[in-house]
Amino acid sequence: MTRTPLRPLARILPARAAGENPDAIERENTARRHAEMHSQMRARAEGRLLVLGVFFLAAFLTVGLRMGLLATSEPFEPRASVQGAAISALRADIVDRNGRLLATNFETHALYAQPPQMIDPAGAARGLAAIFDDLDEKELLEDFTGKRKFLWIKRKISPEQMQAVHELGDPGLLFGPRDMRLYPNGALAAHVLGGASFGKEGVSAAEVIGVAGVEKQFDDYLRDPANAGQPLRLSLDLTVQAAAEEVLYGGMKLMNAKGATSVLMDVHTGEVVSVVSLPDFDPNNRPRPATTGDQSDSPLFNRSVQGVYELGSVFKIFAAAQAVDLGLVSPSTEIDTSGPMKVGGFRIGEFRNKDYGTLSVGDIIVHSSNRGTGRLALQIGAERQQEFLKSLGFFEATPFEIVEAQGGKPLLPDRWTELSSVTISYGHGLSTSPMHLAAGYATLANGGYKVEPTILKQSVPQRGPRVISESAASAARDMLRKVVTDGTASMAEVPGYAVGGKTGTADKPKPRGGYYEDKVIATFATVFPAHDPKYALVVTLDEPVETSGDKPRRTAGWTAVPIAAEMIGRVAPLLGLRPGVEPKSLADITLTRSN
Amino acid sequence: MRTALYILTTLAVIGLAFWAYRENYATQAALNEVDTLHADIRAAHSRLAVLKAEWAYLNRPDRLRDLVDLNFDRLGLLPLRPEQFGHVDEIAFPAPPLPPVTDAVETSGTLSAEDRP
Repeated sequence: MTRTPLRPLARILPARAAGENPDAIERENTARRHAEMHSQMRARAEGRLLVLGVFFLAAFLTVGLRMGLLATSEPFEPRASVQGAAISALRADIVDRNGRLLATNFETHALYAQPPQMIDPAGAARGLAAIFDDLDEKELLEDFTGKRKFLWIKRKISPEQMQAVHELGDPGLLFGPRDMRLYPNGALAAHVLGGASFGKEGVSAAEVIGVAGVEKQFDDYLRDPANAGQPLRLSLDLTVQAAAEEVLYGGMKLMNAKGATSVLMDVHTGEVVSVVSLPDFDPNNRPRPATTGDQSDSPLFNRSVQGVYELGSVFKIFAAAQAVDLGLVSPSTEIDTSGPMKVGGFRIGEFRNKDYGTLSVGDIIVHSSNRGTGRLALQIGAERQQEFLKSLGFFEATPFEIVEAQGGKPLLPDRWTELSSVTISYGHGLSTSPMHLAAGYATLANGGYKVEPTILKQSVPQRGPRVISESAASAARDMLRKVVTDGTASMAEVPGYAVGGKTGTADKPKPRGGYYEDKVIATFATVFPAHDPKYALVVTLDEPVETSGDKPRRTAGWTAVPIAAEMIGRVAPLLGLRPGVEPKSLADITLTRSN
Repeated sequence: MRTALYILTTLAVIGLAFWAYRENYATQAALNEVDTLHADIRAAHSRLAVLKAEWAYLNRPDRLRDLVDLNFDRLGLLPLRPEQFGHVDEIAFPAPPLPPVTDAVETSGTLSAEDRP
C-alpha cells in the first residue's frame, strides 16, 4: 500500500498560489485516510465473524447430528470392555457350615397370555385346562374373549408343561423366564430357611424376596449384586440337622407329643449347629399362615424361638450357680427344704408333695427341690436375681438371626415380688424360649462367659462379658452331671459323653389363667461332655405322655430325657466328638499351695 | 526429490489404510469371539447351577436314608454310633517275633488218594 502524504507539495503550492488555505487539503486527506482504515477494519471484523459463525454452525451441527443419531439408533452395550468384578443378578445361595447347598435358584418359566394375539381362544382354553388340573376352562375362555389385553396364567411351570403349552401353538400364549427359589433338602431346616416368593413381577423377570427365616433377615445381603454370588454360610450342619430331625420326630411320635423342638449350640462360639421345630413344612411350598385358631399349632410356628414357655425346673441351676457365685453357699452347704413354706401368702410345694428334709445344694438340684431353690432365691434377693437373669439374656428376645426370633420376647412378671423371685427360681412365672435356655446353659458350660446364639458360621469363640466366675460355672456343671448320674435324668447317660443336664416339667398355662392338670411342657437342658463342655442341647416336648407303664407318665425324665440321650448318641459322633473317659474328681486331695 | 517424497507419502497412506482396515476386521472378529465365549460362560454357569441343585437334591438326607434302608442287605449301613469308635485297649499287642530256625528237621511222606489232585 502506497502511503499518500497528507500535505502533498503538488497541491499545496497551487493552492497557496491561489490564496486558498492549505490546511483544508490536509483535513481532506486525513478524512480520506480515516475512511480507508475504517473500511479495512470492518472487512476484517466481518471476516472474523464469518469464521466464528462457521465454527459455531459446525459445532451445533455436530452436536445435533450426534443427538439425532443417538435418539434414532438402537442402544447396544460396549463390547470391548474388560470384565471387571463379576456382577450376579441372581439371589445368592445359602449353604451350611460345610458348604452344602440349603437354598439355590432354579430357572423356570412363567406363562402369560395376550388375548388380542390369540387365534383360537376356545382351543387354547381347552388345551390349558387339560395340561393344568387346577385351571378352569370356562374361566379361561371368559378371560381370553373378554376385554383383557394381558393376564398371568401360571407363575411357575415345569419344562414338560412348557413343552405341552408350546405344542398348543397359540401365538397369544407366551413365556417369561423366572428364577425360582429351590430348597433341595425339602423340609430340612425349614424354620431357619423360611421361604421366598415373588415381589414385583415383569414379563422378562421377577424379583425374588424372602418371606421368613434367614431369607427375610438377610434379604438385602442375598439380593445385593455386589456380592457376586458369594453364598450365605450358616452355622447349621446338614448331617447333624437331618439326624436331629429324625430322632426328634421319632421321639415326638413315641411320646405322643403334639410338638417338639431342639436346639444344639456350640457353647464357645454360640453357633447353632442344629435347630429343629416340629411339626415343620416344606419351604418350597410354604403353607399360608393360619387365620383361625391358635398360631402356635401352625407348622409355620417356630417353637425354638417363638415358643415362649414356662420351662420349669431347668431354671433351678441358675439359682444354685448364682448362690455359689455370690459366695452364699457352696455345693455341699446344707439347706432345710422341709415344709411348710409360705411366701407372699402362697404355699410352695414339692413334686407329688414329697418332703426331702435337709439337702445339700448339690442334692437340691439332683432331687429338683422347689423349696430348696426357693430358699436359695430368698437368700440371693430379687434384685440380684433379676440382674443375673438379665445378664444371661433372659429379659430380651434372642439376637438369633432369623426374623421370627424378634417375636420371642420373654414374658416377665409385672412386679418382681418375693413370690416371683421364688417361683422364677424353679422356672415358673418367667416364660422364655428354648433358644434362651440353650444360651443360658452355654454360659454355664463355657466357664461363665455370655454367649449369644448365632446362625452364621463363626471362626473364633465369642468372649462376651463374664457373667459368673469360673469356679461357680464348674460347680454348676458338676451338679448337672450329678443329676444324670444320681438324679432325675438317669436315662440321659450316654457312655463316653459324660452328659450333664437338668430336667424340667412345667404345667401348661390355660389361656384364661390357671394351669392344666394333664398338659405339660417337658424340657431337658444338657451340656456335654460335662467335664469339658463343647455343646449345649435343649430338647422340649409339648404335651408329651408316655404310656408304657400302668399310669401315663409326663415328667421330663420319662419323655424328654430319653430323646435327648438318643440325640446325643446320634449327633456327637457326627460332630467329631470321640467318646472319652471322664476324669475322676480328686475328692480327697485339695491343692493348698502350688509352689 | 519432491516427487519421490510424494510417492512415498502416498504409499505410506495406502499401507496404513490397509493396516487399519485389517485391524478393524480383526477387532470385530475378536469381539464376536468374546461375545460367543461370554454366552458360553453364561450357559455353563446356569448349567452348573442346575447340576449343583440336582446334586443337592439327589443327596438330600431323606432320599439317602431311604436308599440305605432299601439296600440294607447289600450295604449294611447303620447310623454312626459312639460304640463304633475304637479304644486303645482293643488293639492287640504285637505278636512276639518267632525264634530263628536253628535245628531244621526234614520230613517226607506221601499224599493219600483223596488228597491227590
